[in-house]
Amino acid sequence: MGHAHVEGSNYLNHEKGLWSWLTTLDHKRIGILYFISVMFFFLIGGLFALLIRLELMEPGQQYISADFYNQVMTLHGSIMVFMVIIPGIPAFLGNFFLPIMIGAKDVAFPKLNLLSWYCLICGAGIAVSALFAGGIDTGWTFYTPYSIKTSTAVIVFVLGAFVMGFSSILTGLNFIATTHKLRAPGMTMNRMPLFVWALYSTAIIQVLATPVLAITLLLLVAERALGIGFFDASLGGDPVLFQHFFWFYSHPAVYIMILPALGVISELIAAFSRKTIFGYTAIAYSSVAIAAVSFFVWGHHMFVSGQSELAGAIFSGITMLVGVPTAIKLFNWVATMYKGSIRLDSPMLYAIGFMFLFTIGGVTGVMLATMAIDVHLHDTYFVVAHFHYVMVGGTLMAIMGGIYYWFPKMFGYMYSETLARLSWVFIFMGFNITFFPQFILGTQGMPRRYHDYIPEYAWLNKVSTFGSWFIFAGFVIGLISIILAFRKKEKAPMNPWGAKTLEWTIQSPPIHDNFEKIPTVNGGPYEYR
Amino acid sequence: MLHMFAFAQSYMPIQGSTFAKGVDSLFDFTIWASIISFVILIGGLVIFVVKYQRRSDNDKTAYITHNVFLEFLWSFIPLCIFMGIFVWGYVLYKDMRQFPDNAIEVNVMGYQWGWTMTYSNGKQSGNELVVPVGKPVVLTMTSKDVIHSFYVPSFRIKQDAVPGKRSKLWFQSDRLGDYEMFCTEYCGTAHSKMIGKVRVVTQAEFNEFLAKDKSKMTLAELGQEAFNVKGCVACHSVDGTVKVGPSFKGLWGSTVNHSDGTTAVFDENYARTSILNPQEKFVAGFANVIMPTYQGQVSEEEITHLIEYIKSLK
Repeated sequence: MGHAHVEGSNYLNHEKGLWSWLTTLDHKRIGILYFISVMFFFLIGGLFALLIRLELMEPGQQYISADFYNQVMTLHGSIMVFMVIIPGIPAFLGNFFLPIMIGAKDVAFPKLNLLSWYCLICGAGIAVSALFAGGIDTGWTFYTPYSIKTSTAVIVFVLGAFVMGFSSILTGLNFIATTHKLRAPGMTMNRMPLFVWALYSTAIIQVLATPVLAITLLLLVAERALGIGFFDASLGGDPVLFQHFFWFYSHPAVYIMILPALGVISELIAAFSRKTIFGYTAIAYSSVAIAAVSFFVWGHHMFVSGQSELAGAIFSGITMLVGVPTAIKLFNWVATMYKGSIRLDSPMLYAIGFMFLFTIGGVTGVMLATMAIDVHLHDTYFVVAHFHYVMVGGTLMAIMGGIYYWFPKMFGYMYSETLARLSWVFIFMGFNITFFPQFILGTQGMPRRYHDYIPEYAWLNKVSTFGSWFIFAGFVIGLISIILAFRKKEKAPMNPWGAKTLEWTIQSPPIHDNFEKIPTVNGGPYEYR
Repeated sequence: MLHMFAFAQSYMPIQGSTFAKGVDSLFDFTIWASIISFVILIGGLVIFVVKYQRRSDNDKTAYITHNVFLEFLWSFIPLCIFMGIFVWGYVLYKDMRQFPDNAIEVNVMGYQWGWTMTYSNGKQSGNELVVPVGKPVVLTMTSKDVIHSFYVPSFRIKQDAVPGKRSKLWFQSDRLGDYEMFCTEYCGTAHSKMIGKVRVVTQAEFNEFLAKDKSKMTLAELGQEAFNVKGCVACHSVDGTVKVGPSFKGLWGSTVNHSDGTTAVFDENYARTSILNPQEKFVAGFANVIMPTYQGQVSEEEITHLIEYIKSLK
């Protein structure tokens, strides 16, 4: 469009009023819309988490009944998965920075981009309305036949998840098209920042896997509403078939949740080590490798469900392969820090925290992929601890790191570094206090989704509950640091970290069109020399 | 050599079954392998953070893009370790799925919210599995309503009980005592109350347990009754003569040839399907016989009885 650039104009004040936000086609503003919604959902999901830990502080019933607990447990899981972690990085940070990082004005389909946000909000609205129609108590996995027999509002909730799925598909579609078609002159695929590679790999999974979830959820609705019998043994169906369908989506979905985080960490490590990333190609292609392999591992959720031994062995073996590209990334990041110039600003602290926790999440994943060990640990708190180390210790740490890293660019203000570091201390410590004991609970045999437990498990549960308060404090401090940043209005420079990717070459906050003039790229993304 | 890894004993439950030792050794190995990789990785990270901290904003850093040899090492070595762990885990798992012939058989029915154990002589018990020490035990499990999962932490065994399917599990305990038994598949309100006990007792105590207030008929006898009452007898013989349908004699565990050329082993799930959905496959030579379905006319318990009866027709 070629707007003449007015001094002081940026995407935030380019247009004014609530309506301009609700109808915006600017990828940056849509990213902010996602930011606000995801923060809100995270608050709700987090309060449910605190309630779960509070109830489990002592054996026996403390504050809430078993039925209510089951609803809280279900809502915590599904809100965090469908409304926080899946849209978290791609639709918020990805939306904002993917086009800028490849030197584009916007995503390929701005209207679809806005539609994707409305899908998330409508889906979330539908899902939440289930609370007024009897709630939902199936767990986020909706396993049949329980989800068919329960009297709670499964259909409403599942339709909500169905609609939210389209949000994910549309974002993925947009990213694939944008990455292929809108790169600036000279921005070859092999010059793209690793965050873009990670988002691109994620987008492939989003587009290919999410429709399978949509179909599965519709089958579930048909089963419940019409009694067709896909999954009902008494009608000739197979309850385990649902698990195959569900995990065919939901295992790749785990990589939808973690791959973008791996991308963020690559950016942070390079920027705060002031050093070119070690093994760019290996990291970039390992994202694609993880995405590809992720489609062939779903059966590792089903070693004890009655799946054949041969199928189990194949799934176990392939799952082990995922460990290799993951290990490559971790080693390459450490190698990047070698002979670097490292500063421990808060984003870097989060990146280091990520590597610490994600490594633990990774090695325990290998244990769970081992058939004989999984027979013992399946559906115990070991699994709960493992995926929280990956999803919270991994993805949420990366989101926090990413927010602090890009906050000056997004809003043009600096935040209090002291508060940001303090939030890291609380979240990192609290996280370990909460979830490490759960590994031990799991090896001792405590099953997951338990409202009550035998007295032997009491003290570790108590420690875990204490830890959850530290995490809460950490996030509150994080929120305060952001609110204060908006109030103090300390102007951020164009490139506070001395980073080399394209978003740091434009003003903070960016103008509506991102670039005054589309840049020409003639080098890699991490040219620290 | 594995004795040096006696680490797991401090946090794993008591080793109550013959599987436990093997599983714990492998678990110990993975723990140590994890600790070592963690120390290498995070240790390296910490050293670099300290050693290469930023001195000034004009620091020059080395421009190192990659190193094929190193990258090969940290791809190949983890791959070898992962594959080793995979094979080790598979070998142990295979033992868990190789069912011994001389085992004591117990039918387990999960329901919301408890377990019913039925022994072959008709003896039943609720939420308490009593087994003799030093003898292999095979559980044949199913569920009345939703999926449950039978889990005994001390035995390191777990298997889902799925409605409409028969799943199997076996173990042998060489250690007298009581063991906690949990349901590990979320099943609703009282999921966390679905707790039972496995009691490993001496052979004499086990015999006494079996003899006490058992029902008058064994499962096979109940099956014979169902065989007559439900009318199976009209078309199936038990002495090998061919009536309208195939005979039941020697059928259990045999390989059945189908009219479409496929074959299958006659086991619990095959029997169940043949009763409830007889037109799914036809036995070779009987392709024109239309057996009516017994869907809704026989209960899961009666199917168990019929299975036990067919088993007894050697």
